[in-house]
Amino acid sequence: MEHYLVAMGVTAGIYAMMALGMNVIWGMAGLINLGLVGFFAIGAYTSGLLTLKLGWPIPLGILAGMAAASVSGVLVAMITVRLRGDYLAIVTLGFAETMRVVMSNELWIANGTDGLSGIPGPFRQALGPHLFNLQFLGIVVAVTVILFFLVERLVHSPFGRVLRGIRDDEQIVAVAGKNVVMFKVKAFAFGTAALGLAGALYGHFTSFIAPDLFAPLLTLYVKLSLLAGGLGNSIGAVVGAVLVVFFLESTRFIIPWVPGISAVQGAALRELLIAIALLVVLRFYARGLVPERIAQPQLPSTPAQASLVIGKST
Amino acid sequence: MEVLQLIVNGLMAGTILAVPAIGLTAIFAVLRFTNFALASHMTIGAFAGFVANVTFGLPAVASLAFAFLIAGLVGVISDELVLKPFRRSGFITTAIGSIALTIALENLVRFIFGNQLRGYDLPIQRDWSFSGIRVSPQQVENFVVAVIVMAMLFAFLAFTRTGKSMRAVADNPMLAAIKGINANVVARLVSFVAMGLAGLGGMLIGLDTTIDPLIGFKTILQIFAAAVVGGLGSIPGAVVGALVVGVGEELSLLVLSPAYRTAVGFIAILIVLTFRPRGILGQRAY
Repeated sequence: MEHYLVAMGVTAGIYAMMALGMNVIWGMAGLINLGLVGFFAIGAYTSGLLTLKLGWPIPLGILAGMAAASVSGVLVAMITVRLRGDYLAIVTLGFAETMRVVMSNELWIANGTDGLSGIPGPFRQALGPHLFNLQFLGIVVAVTVILFFLVERLVHSPFGRVLRGIRDDEQIVAVAGKNVVMFKVKAFAFGTAALGLAGALYGHFTSFIAPDLFAPLLTLYVKLSLLAGGLGNSIGAVVGAVLVVFFLESTRFIIPWVPGISAVQGAALRELLIAIALLVVLRFYARGLVPERIAQPQLPSTPAQASLVIGKST
Repeated sequence: MEVLQLIVNGLMAGTILAVPAIGLTAIFAVLRFTNFALASHMTIGAFAGFVANVTFGLPAVASLAFAFLIAGLVGVISDELVLKPFRRSGFITTAIGSIALTIALENLVRFIFGNQLRGYDLPIQRDWSFSGIRVSPQQVENFVVAVIVMAMLFAFLAFTRTGKSMRAVADNPMLAAIKGINANVVARLVSFVAMGLAGLGGMLIGLDTTIDPLIGFKTILQIFAAAVVGGLGSIPGAVVGALVVGVGEELSLLVLSPAYRTAVGFIAILIVLTFRPRGILGQRAY
């Protein structure tokens, strides 16, 4: 049971990293990314292959995974950010599906649908499975905390303010002399790097990755995490990820109690519940449990005060 | 000769692809969002047709009408109950809502029918051969059905009052409202026709091969490619785009493995968005 809880904690941490990354792309910059699972896969495959086949040290592999995911994110963004958001939705979804097709068919890269097994984990042999999982939980929590503070810094930096400005009204930001396209591309670069990081850590934790693991459903889980926690703020992203993993795992226990259904029906029912949960959250709790706090500037209420405020500031 | 055969196959496949692509582009033109739920409605149409064809023993053409009707009805209901409230909160919410909807509906089908591959009950026929080019009678029948459905749709949009009001809303919603066109009625009508076309397209694709709950999701990228290549929001564009994607996919077999068919659609999207974002017969893309 403890083993199970630790694994659940690691999953929650990985979801939290993805939710934090998506928070920059979606919550702050207001850009859609329906293919986050593709960037997650790139991170996992890059790091897995480099450490397994070329014997790179794990931290270096993870960094390479982040870089690869980020570069592909920049490429996808550069083609589409000038266009209406609908195109970004289509291209990111297409990107994830195409990645899956490539990984399933190119045997020489990563064994196709059989997947990549035996990806090294840090001190896996020395620690034994139990301690290894505990240690990995520690790593994941530490990385999530670092990422959390990085994103928080970003939120309160001028860069973050411009991103939120783009989300709320792109035209005003452009008039203010900001290069909107560059900001969007940078938001994508940062967000997809976080997705790649999550993917790389996932691979080193489970030691096995296959194209089937990177199904579009994972994209929904992360969206659900972000929405449940509250779009646009980092605490919400982490809280949401923990809630979603808890919800996903509890459906695993509830489904076997439903009488008279086969395994396929059980799996279908589970996915159905998850999709409905997302729809309900999206419809009724779109601001989430921890709504984004927007700093309200102190506006002068009367003209007299206004001149006073201006007088003070000058 | 091989190239000619591939082009013929591509044109046939492209014509069938055009049917759901028209549905997608029509929803985009009138309701102004990309409806990913098209995928599950293709699946629903394919399975509705399966029930009509295999359980009730109807011929393929009658089953296609049934597929259109059921998918269209589900489309209207799901749009009214699920997607319509999202449209007020912007396209990101609507797009994500439509993905969640498609996964929900797809799993509903999986819950009822299971995961296994199923085939329609069709008479076994020998392929026809015209000076070395082979086509199956079923392919020709599908092609003819798709062409007739599209001709009917074009006539409906061009000549009937309802069709004209649909085009008016797509063109300028404000002006259409001033002229007294009820946007809600038009929205329901578009949902019905577009999702009906998706269902019909799902069954047409299934008639050529087999069906399973993923049939819609597996083809959705090709359909988006068709709509984007032709120009999202343009109905003639969807037809042209579908033919380009269909022929492109077949010709790609000369150099790529068949597994990369879906990737061809994605590459087509990237090329078009880079060089001509409005698509071949384009509408606004900015």
